[in-house]
Amino acid sequence: MSTLIDLILLTLMAITAIAALQLKDLFGAVMLTGIYSLLSALWFLILDAADVSFTEAAVGAGISTVLMLGTLALTRRDEKIPSHPRILPLFVVAITGAILVYGTLDMPAFADPEAPIHTHVAPHYIEKSGEEIGVPNIVTSVLASYRGYDTLGETTVIFTACIGVLLLLGIGRRREDDES
Amino acid sequence: MKQHSILRIVTKLLIPLILLFALYVQFHGDFGPGGGFQAGVIVAAGLVLYALVFGLDTASEVIKEWVLMVLVPLGVLIYAGVGVASLLLGGNFLDYNVLAHDPVHGQHLGILLVELGVGVTVAAALTTIFFAFAGRGRRNPTGQRIAQVADLAQEPPR
Repeated sequence: MSTLIDLILLTLMAITAIAALQLKDLFGAVMLTGIYSLLSALWFLILDAADVSFTEAAVGAGISTVLMLGTLALTRRDEKIPSHPRILPLFVVAITGAILVYGTLDMPAFADPEAPIHTHVAPHYIEKSGEEIGVPNIVTSVLASYRGYDTLGETTVIFTACIGVLLLLGIGRRREDDES
Repeated sequence: MKQHSILRIVTKLLIPLILLFALYVQFHGDFGPGGGFQAGVIVAAGLVLYALVFGLDTASEVIKEWVLMVLVPLGVLIYAGVGVASLLLGGNFLDYNVLAHDPVHGQHLGILLVELGVGVTVAAALTTIFFAFAGRGRRNPTGQRIAQVADLAQEPPR
């Protein structure tokens, strides 16, 4: 039963991705990327990664869809058809994909208990976080306490992204436009 | 979107629930899935929904731009401030053990505060980014109104 759900979800994700590539109407393509995010959120949930699934559903399916629609409103709605076939981008993408697939060949099998990631600090987090941090959700313990530096970095990244968008688009520029 | 009364009423009903759920995710992140990042995104989604249905001007009245401009750095400052406070209390940077009388209480306090910092920055930053995108498309250089995000869904396919 679980395998059936896996297969259906992954097939739907593949169909959505291919359909989004094929569509020339960018509004529809944006909607499809939203659906793709929602499907991958479901997929993360099946893999027991509830926190990741939550983030994917909120950010991928929610906010980034709206932001892409915002971008569409600023540009145009239909895809520009290239005048000549793009050989070089196809070549680069194919090579990068092949290298990435080659890289996965060395990786330990899925859910292998002897994999390095399960033998380094993870046992300490699982066994000791209850008495050291006292928070039932280990993900929160790791995110906010053990890995507090990383999360501070992430927050700074979001702050920087916001500054960058404001510098490029300018939230105050609207008022100037109204006056002129 | 003045003609969509069902959309407007349902949105009015939904927004308090969205914000309440965001607070739940923010402060229940210690016990279940969620935390500052997810809560911040949900708050931003609530505000974006409001702006889409009631217009950007109304949304700007609800949450002023200068408030967002204060909140975006405030969250980072709360986070880094917790780190500096633990330095001043004799621990390492972001070592929450020294924040309260015993280590576990210190960890609870530290996690609560840094998650709050993350939530504030994420909510304000995503709302600001949306406002910047949506506000940009309102007028072209000649002052004529061009397409808005809210209009896009209603336009017939070209």
